[in-house]
Amino acid sequence: MPAKPGKMQRDTPMLVALMLPAGIFFAAFFLLPMVRLFLIGGSGTLGWAAYATIVTNANYFGSLLATLGVAAATTAATLVISGIAGVFLQRHKFPGNAALVAMLTFPLAFPGVVVGFMVIMLAGRQGLLGDISQMLGADKLVFAYSMAGLFTGYVYFSIPRVILTVMAATEKLDPKLEEAARSLGASPLGVVLDVIIPGLKPAFLSSGAICFATAVGAFGTAFTLATRINVLPMTIYTEFTLSANIAMAAALSFVLGAVTWAVLALARTAAGSSVAAAG
Amino acid sequence: MAQKRGILFWLQLGFTLLVCAFLIVPVILSILAGVTNNYFTGLSSGFTLRWVGQVWAGYSDTIFRSIGIALACLVCTLLLGIPAAYVLAKRQNALARAIEELMVMPVAIPGLATALALIVAYGGLSGFRTSWTFILVGHVLFTLPFMVRSVLAVLSAIDLQTLEEGAASLGAGFWTRFFTVVLPNCRNGILAGALMVVTLSVGEFNMTWLLHTPLTKTLPVGLADAYASLRLEVGSAYTLVFFLMIVPLLIALQWFSRPRRQVHAKPESE
Repeated sequence: MPAKPGKMQRDTPMLVALMLPAGIFFAAFFLLPMVRLFLIGGSGTLGWAAYATIVTNANYFGSLLATLGVAAATTAATLVISGIAGVFLQRHKFPGNAALVAMLTFPLAFPGVVVGFMVIMLAGRQGLLGDISQMLGADKLVFAYSMAGLFTGYVYFSIPRVILTVMAATEKLDPKLEEAARSLGASPLGVVLDVIIPGLKPAFLSSGAICFATAVGAFGTAFTLATRINVLPMTIYTEFTLSANIAMAAALSFVLGAVTWAVLALARTAAGSSVAAAG
Repeated sequence: MAQKRGILFWLQLGFTLLVCAFLIVPVILSILAGVTNNYFTGLSSGFTLRWVGQVWAGYSDTIFRSIGIALACLVCTLLLGIPAAYVLAKRQNALARAIEELMVMPVAIPGLATALALIVAYGGLSGFRTSWTFILVGHVLFTLPFMVRSVLAVLSAIDLQTLEEGAASLGAGFWTRFFTVVLPNCRNGILAGALMVVTLSVGEFNMTWLLHTPLTKTLPVGLADAYASLRLEVGSAYTLVFFLMIVPLLIALQWFSRPRRQVHAKPESE
């Protein structure tokens, strides 16, 4: 709402003054460093061609594909899991419901390293799944230190965030629509496909995009599980520390940042337009 | 609720319990491992606080540093974020939207990229690079959007315009209105934002791993160290200490985010 003319119109200088501290901090510690990062990315032995190596160099391109692949798989799995559990918990209130919600959102604040450790507790060398599979007479099941472990960790990390969004969006869905569909003869699956999923689409889009972007940029989980997992953040870290190839690390991380930002911006546009269409 | 609890209900309940187990069982295992004499032999080897003691002796400095950075980060985000949120609530034009979009970027792009950018821009200032304030800058960048959005959400839900016009017609100047009308009205948003900022700062790893020096290790950095180089029991005990720190924050956050919806529904009850 634009300020009405009158006494409060003279507020503008004060508003600028209030914005200034955050603006200066942001310009000095984000915008300026990002420009510098971009310039350094082009200052290596390859020059500006460094920005193209993410596609031309088979090694980097492979880790880009692996990163996008594990992020896409994480997003799909998390949306399905959190969609089912979130809608269920919001629609059915029963004793213990609040405790289940509390448990499902508990790992919300775990850093990636801790999530990696949780995967090791589950599927590591001394992990629970290994013990169970051995007890059942099968080979010891150990997958924590691989791409499957990374995927498990990212799903673990993403479920609490997505479930909260799904539950908030389900609360706003009108149960009467589902009852109407049911009384018109729709099957339970039909209600889910034609009423619930379209109603939750904006929530799925926005939380899915955040899930994807987080999985693309995450570093802690891969770091805890194994340095051999070939995802882009690990590649960047290796270039920076082991190879001291700062220019290449800068170029790769700039591209990684651009990719995640673009995914989020795209999803926001899509979610926004579908919200407008629904309204 | 008119719905009958048919087979679908129990299937969904079973699925939800399975998801719960996936999230909570590793937490319980890790807590147990942290207080077990020898996790490989099993719980029968007896319980001990030896590992917790070892963590305290070796890593207590990282715990206090993390708390210090989180509190400093909170002060910074309060001072920078609340005024910024107020401005964005007052001026909802294209420029304000662009500024909001920009401010969220440190959350959208990977912490690794932000940290590298800070290092190439300011890594040469050795006094700054080796101090804990270097980590603080990264944490403020990452958490500021959460404070701004939390306060902005509350300010957009109330009729700020009418409140301020009322105060202005009674002769209140800009700063009087800001401190006596705006700030008290957004205290819910400030509190929720503050809890979020502290929780995120305590757990931040992606940036901190590149920003830290051997003398400025934070709790998650110490955890990564312990996981990589110490036995499972010590890593678990350290994780236990981390859980003890964040659980009160999480409970406060959950307790707080619940009644807020009702406040939104009928603001006059506040």
